[in-house]
Amino acid sequence: MKDDEPQLIERYTPNERSNHWITAICFILLALSGLAMFHPSMTFLYAVLGGGQWTRILHPFIGVIMFVSFLILALRFWHHNYLDRDDIQWMKQMGDVINNREDKLPEIGRYNAGQKLLFFAMVVCLVLLLLSGIVIWRRYFSLYFPIEIIRLSALVHAIAAFVLICGIIVHIYAALWVKGSIGAMTRGYVTWGWARKHHPRWFRESIK
Amino acid sequence: MAWQSLDVKRLSATTSEPPGVREPATGTVAKLIDVSRCIGCKACQTACMEWNDLRDEIGVNTGVYDNPHDLTEHSWTVMRFTEYENSQGNLEWLIRKDGCMHCEDPGCLKACPSPGAIVQYTNGIVDFHQENCIGCGNCITGCPFNIPRMSSERRVYKCTLCSDRVAVGQEPACVKTCPTGAIVFGTKEDMKQHAAERIVDLKERGFENAGLYDPPGVGGTHVMYVLHHADRPSLYAGLPQDPHISPVVRLWKGVAKPIGLAIMALTALAGFFHYTRVGPNEVTAEDEAAARDEVRRMRGEPPEERSDERR
Repeated sequence: MKDDEPQLIERYTPNERSNHWITAICFILLALSGLAMFHPSMTFLYAVLGGGQWTRILHPFIGVIMFVSFLILALRFWHHNYLDRDDIQWMKQMGDVINNREDKLPEIGRYNAGQKLLFFAMVVCLVLLLLSGIVIWRRYFSLYFPIEIIRLSALVHAIAAFVLICGIIVHIYAALWVKGSIGAMTRGYVTWGWARKHHPRWFRESIK
Repeated sequence: MAWQSLDVKRLSATTSEPPGVREPATGTVAKLIDVSRCIGCKACQTACMEWNDLRDEIGVNTGVYDNPHDLTEHSWTVMRFTEYENSQGNLEWLIRKDGCMHCEDPGCLKACPSPGAIVQYTNGIVDFHQENCIGCGNCITGCPFNIPRMSSERRVYKCTLCSDRVAVGQEPACVKTCPTGAIVFGTKEDMKQHAAERIVDLKERGFENAGLYDPPGVGGTHVMYVLHHADRPSLYAGLPQDPHISPVVRLWKGVAKPIGLAIMALTALAGFFHYTRVGPNEVTAEDEAAARDEVRRMRGEPPEERSDERR
């Protein structure tokens, strides 16, 4: 064991990373093109997918890809995200969380309570986005639904997208904030020190 | 139609105010359709086809007079025929010329996400600019009258109230052609006065519920009807009793959006300020050393020699 080089643990396999990044690329395209349609101040974002007509054409197809990709990702990680009693304690100590006082927090496993809650929030949002998105997909599906359902779906789609975008902003910020996290999803590995500091229970299970 | 010919009051998906110094001195315009005078000849449909160069597909007869059966991207107006048996047991043939109502508060324009695809002129006409249309169909979702129709090239069409004719001082083509004078056009005030006279006449002839259809739920319309049974507009092929922009659409396109956008921006800003105030959560060399020590203990290996001692 060399002491001057940090020892590494694999956190995400190549397949998990690809799966994550396909979902992430889809999300970025969808969020930008969706915001163009969301509010007049964002209409410059129509250029992202090549104008209004192309935005309208591509947005739902990219959405389907994101849903399928996310579904596979969610099935991979589902069993890591069950909430337990420590998670409730973690949430009560939000002040320690945001002020980097991790030594005071209960021992965290593979994911902390924030990650788990975000996971399930994303699951709910993605399901709502898919269902409402199908209803408002005029080209193929809207003709099968009454106007009241289409109106409601447009509203649900906007709300679910709003919650998801806010959630992903938190997700991206957390990755920037907790140094070493981005490497986990780009290269697949974290150092022992990172694992022990942020996810001690997972660290011990992995080392055994 | 070109914007310069008529002045713009409202543009879809635009938060800044359009140029609006010029206002029609005589107020807005309106088309008045006197249903009691309509003989169902469909000359208005033909005039609409001619002026706008539209030819719908030839359909099939399904046993009703409506032809075509519904509005399409090629048929911007359709006569809807209703056979109504009144309380005396007499048949009344109610014929309503259906088409865009040109709402003062247009649900289509409110719902449209494409800047300038839907325009409301200062004279009250609501017009679609298909070159800006993205084909999403939100206008169909927003419309309380089920009027806009999507074409195969994914653009939405409807009655323009002949904005091109009105811009040069002519009446709409359907008005020009109507042989009984059932359709008239002028300033909204004049049309209301004309309607009032017609309603007096109809009441004298026994239609005690005769009245003007200018629904306040959408701020009034720039296409109005004189109805013999104004108390029951739904008799006329389902004309809505109290049309208004759906509260769901109002919420979706109203306060929810600026608030939603503000919260998204604040979430991102909160992250930035957290980073600049609290700072990143980093793993130090001591954390790595502690992790190595712990692994050694778990594996029963001797404790780590400090690298500086080795040198």
